[in-house]
Amino acid sequence: MDPRRAPRTVSDPKVRKVGFFTDPPDRSLPGPPDHPISSFPASPPSTVDNSPPSAGNSLSPVMIPPPRHSSSILSPLRRDPAEFFPLPASPTASTSFSDDVVSTMKGRGVAAASSSLPGGLLFDIAAIKSAASSVSASGLTTVSVVNNLPIGIFEKGGGVAVEMQDDQSSRSKSLKEKTTKAERRALQEAQRAAKATAKAEDGKTPAAASGAAASVKSGKSVKPPPSQKNDSAALAALEKAGDRPPEKDRKKEVPQPRMQFDDKSRVEKAKRRAVVKQTEARNRVELFRHLPQYERGTQRTELQSKFFELDPVHPAVYKVGLQYLYGDICGSNARCIAMLQAFQEAIKDYSTPSEKTLARDLTAKIGSYLSFLIECRPLSISMGNAIRFLKNRIAKLPLTLSELEAKATLRSDIDRFINEKIILADKVIVKHAITKISDGDVLLTYGSPSAVEMVLLHAHELGKQFRVVVVDSRPKLEGQLLLHRLVGKGINCTYTHVNAISYIMHEVTRVFLGASSVLSNGTVYSKVGTACVAMVAHAFRVPVLVCCEAYKFHERVQLDSLCSNELGDPDVISKIHGREDINFLDGSTNSENLQLLNLIYDATPSDYISMIITDYGMVGSTHECACHSKRLSKRTLVDIDTLRYIIQSAILASPGRSSHAYSCML
Amino acid sequence: MPGTQTLVNELVTKLKKRRVEGSQETALLTAELLRSVISQLKVPPTNQAETLIEAVKSVGELLVAANPVELAVGNIVRRVLHIIRDEDFSVATSSAGGGDRETAEQNGFRVQTVAAGPPSRSPSLHAILDRTPDSEKAHHSSRDGDSFEGKGKSADRNAESWKLKHDVIRAVNELIEDINSCHEQIAEQSVELIHQNEILLTFGRSRTVREFLCAAKEKRRSFRVFVAEGAPKYQGHALAKDLGARGLQTTVITDSAVFAMISRVNMVVVGVHAVMANGGVIGPVGLNMVALAARKHAVPFVVVAGPHKLCPLYPQNPQVLLNEMRCPSELLQDGEFSDCMGVCNGRGNPLLNVVNPAFDYVPPELVSLFITDMYDHSNKLKINGLFGFLSAGHSLFCRGGYNPSFMHRLIADYYSADDLDLQKRSTS
Repeated sequence: MDPRRAPRTVSDPKVRKVGFFTDPPDRSLPGPPDHPISSFPASPPSTVDNSPPSAGNSLSPVMIPPPRHSSSILSPLRRDPAEFFPLPASPTASTSFSDDVVSTMKGRGVAAASSSLPGGLLFDIAAIKSAASSVSASGLTTVSVVNNLPIGIFEKGGGVAVEMQDDQSSRSKSLKEKTTKAERRALQEAQRAAKATAKAEDGKTPAAASGAAASVKSGKSVKPPPSQKNDSAALAALEKAGDRPPEKDRKKEVPQPRMQFDDKSRVEKAKRRAVVKQTEARNRVELFRHLPQYERGTQRTELQSKFFELDPVHPAVYKVGLQYLYGDICGSNARCIAMLQAFQEAIKDYSTPSEKTLARDLTAKIGSYLSFLIECRPLSISMGNAIRFLKNRIAKLPLTLSELEAKATLRSDIDRFINEKIILADKVIVKHAITKISDGDVLLTYGSPSAVEMVLLHAHELGKQFRVVVVDSRPKLEGQLLLHRLVGKGINCTYTHVNAISYIMHEVTRVFLGASSVLSNGTVYSKVGTACVAMVAHAFRVPVLVCCEAYKFHERVQLDSLCSNELGDPDVISKIHGREDINFLDGSTNSENLQLLNLIYDATPSDYISMIITDYGMVGSTHECACHSKRLSKRTLVDIDTLRYIIQSAILASPGRSSHAYSCML
Repeated sequence: MPGTQTLVNELVTKLKKRRVEGSQETALLTAELLRSVISQLKVPPTNQAETLIEAVKSVGELLVAANPVELAVGNIVRRVLHIIRDEDFSVATSSAGGGDRETAEQNGFRVQTVAAGPPSRSPSLHAILDRTPDSEKAHHSSRDGDSFEGKGKSADRNAESWKLKHDVIRAVNELIEDINSCHEQIAEQSVELIHQNEILLTFGRSRTVREFLCAAKEKRRSFRVFVAEGAPKYQGHALAKDLGARGLQTTVITDSAVFAMISRVNMVVVGVHAVMANGGVIGPVGLNMVALAARKHAVPFVVVAGPHKLCPLYPQNPQVLLNEMRCPSELLQDGEFSDCMGVCNGRGNPLLNVVNPAFDYVPPELVSLFITDMYDHSNKLKINGLFGFLSAGHSLFCRGGYNPSFMHRLIADYYSADDLDLQKRSTS
């Protein structure tokens, strides 16, 4: 590590240059014919290099260690950080950064200084853009070939480019003067959106605001270091200006603020619309008035009896909805895939009514399906992202397409989403995570995260010698299923419950967790109890690795687990599976003073997390995930290539990373 | 004495088979057993104290060996030994001194130990500093004695052999009474610690906690309680039911939701299994997680504990040494994993292990406060010595909350240094 790092002088001219003097990259440069990322070449690729030659030995910000490192490291706690920033392993991506950027990497110690200058982040937009154009042409074998490549990206690319020029011309002026027309407009937009949210929420918790309003707000307020404020605001504005869709679409894209269930009038309205009549729970937990708390059991029979009345709901969607309701499908990946496949079916059987356009009518139709699904179980964040993707696709359908073609396009889009964002993403995650498992490790996992299970099974197939501690918790006891599968494959397992975590943590060398979502302040939103596990691991200095597909990233922020959560069936708390002797709470559910609370999710603060493993590589903790999850989530559904560069730029740009990330990283 | 022997054996089997659970019940049974052992013991005219101590120690060793994890047994045995030593000392001094001081001496045995400990005891700082003139000491100890009931009857009796035993038994009776009534004295302090509309969190079940919360409720404080259920015993359910029945706003949460909820909690109140000499506590499994979460959110972590839970030992690797494994069937139902249970890997080790520890250790730095009904005699003495006229207020001063770092001080008051190691003594 050290030999690569330049002396930490603030006056390093190269560093100072970063924010201001990025050469406008040559966008017209054609991309290479084919550059597989999956092979992670250990040699500096030069094909895509549209920057000075020295970029060839750039440090890859996406930390993909070459396979030879995979099992060489044994010491669990003290590892050479250089292992995680392997010098030569640069996928195509990193090479597109200019020399200046590389120098930032080297002088990361002064990154804070450089980024505190106004416009310090602008370079990465340029990099992104240039790279986007160059690599978009190249087939990506890992994440499958990017077909019908973004109309969006080029439009957007153009937009950003214009912005860039504007900024470059005006960056010598003071910050106030610097706002371009587009930025001012973005700002207005943000203010309007914020106002709208405020109105809609009627002064309720601001954390619940999602969508553009939240993202713009968070861009300004959530970023912790004040020095970055200007940059991030500018960046947010830039990004806003960059992918500006027509006015109408934009309004549509702004997700509604989440329903607050203590808002009487809105709840009434929603009830009138509702397909399923739900009775509110009698003993509602006061702190969670803003979340739906219904009596279980009633809705099931009602739903079943309503099958023939529910005219508008497609049978496939209906089936999936019931499966959600009964808990037959759980885990955010499984739920997301099931939903998308149901929508695929629905699209297949869809025909546009006369005098309506497909784009509008189908969107409305999907909207109605969605509200049905939400009644069965609130959407997970990943599902929300998938729906945004789908709606985006529908809106972007060329008008020239016939109905058949349009449907075929949509269905293939959905297929592509499932393949790329979930299935292949998991494979890439496995590939990354496997490098973190070495012989003799004791790995702890909590619940039954699908990505982690794949990692463990794959590591076992590779013949690594390790032991797994499966930690489980009531009421779902998903860990038992995982345990069954792992023991069936011959993996040595230890099973325990979440209370014994402090006891078992002594012998653990790594904690692998799954996530339902990664939010833009770095918070990991996951199955309840994950925070406990991460906290204890942190207290015992055991590294915590979170495996999360990038499509689950979301721009929302959350500080605690209460503002937004899901409440499960409270009755399962009182019954303990297989322990009939414990029946203290049996008759007491009617008591006025006694409530049962079954939280589904909790929020793990980012400081407990050593590393997030996504399909775009492994990212060190805290600040980075905060930075890049925000940008990630904004574009997740737009284009994979753009994303990659966003991550990289985020990593490069984030100050304070060097110190923290290295210390955190195993 | 066949009677005692059977009693001892009975309790030993109970402890071995874990039929007695909960430190209070164990403590009471132990104290009662020791009382009957003492009362049935025939004491020779000379060297009575030695005989008593030997007898109690041998019984205590048996009991401790039966369930070494149940620290309350050892605590009570040590307390009784301490009582014997004290009584012996007071009898010795009273026979040496005048008859008029007798009453005061035997009742104020605790004061005496610190004020003028016998040479066998390690001298403590306050004992040196607070050595008061004899007359004054007598004065205070007689006032001290006011709190005890049924005092002074033995003063007339001069038969020394009978007297020592009698005093010891009376003191043991007081100890039993203390253990029984510790809840009330702890609960009295709840109003000073709970305010209106507070949100509390507790974990598992503890009678002390229940009384503590209910006492505040009776004083018309309205507050909410989150009860973590405390797997694998799920005693939180029982506690929640009790609290709900008493009119407290109670919410049961799963253990995994502790971290999520604790950001809204004002105070964590828990009962524990034992309090160690360094101020760390042994509690139901999962307590460390709660304490860490509380520390993360800067929520006070308050431990309520009766006197029988105070253990004079320092923990060494308590997660392992002061722990025991419970039955795996509490976690995995019989039959569900029967196909996996027998599977072994190449070296003959089973593939599937189930870990179900019973206890958890919380280090002292995570504990904010101990609420006890224990008196700190050194403190009392100091107060009395400095402001003798404030005697009316001293009990208020001396009972109540302690910092974890103060535990060793209480231990010096409650136990004799000679008794700390029960086993080694008796073997040597």
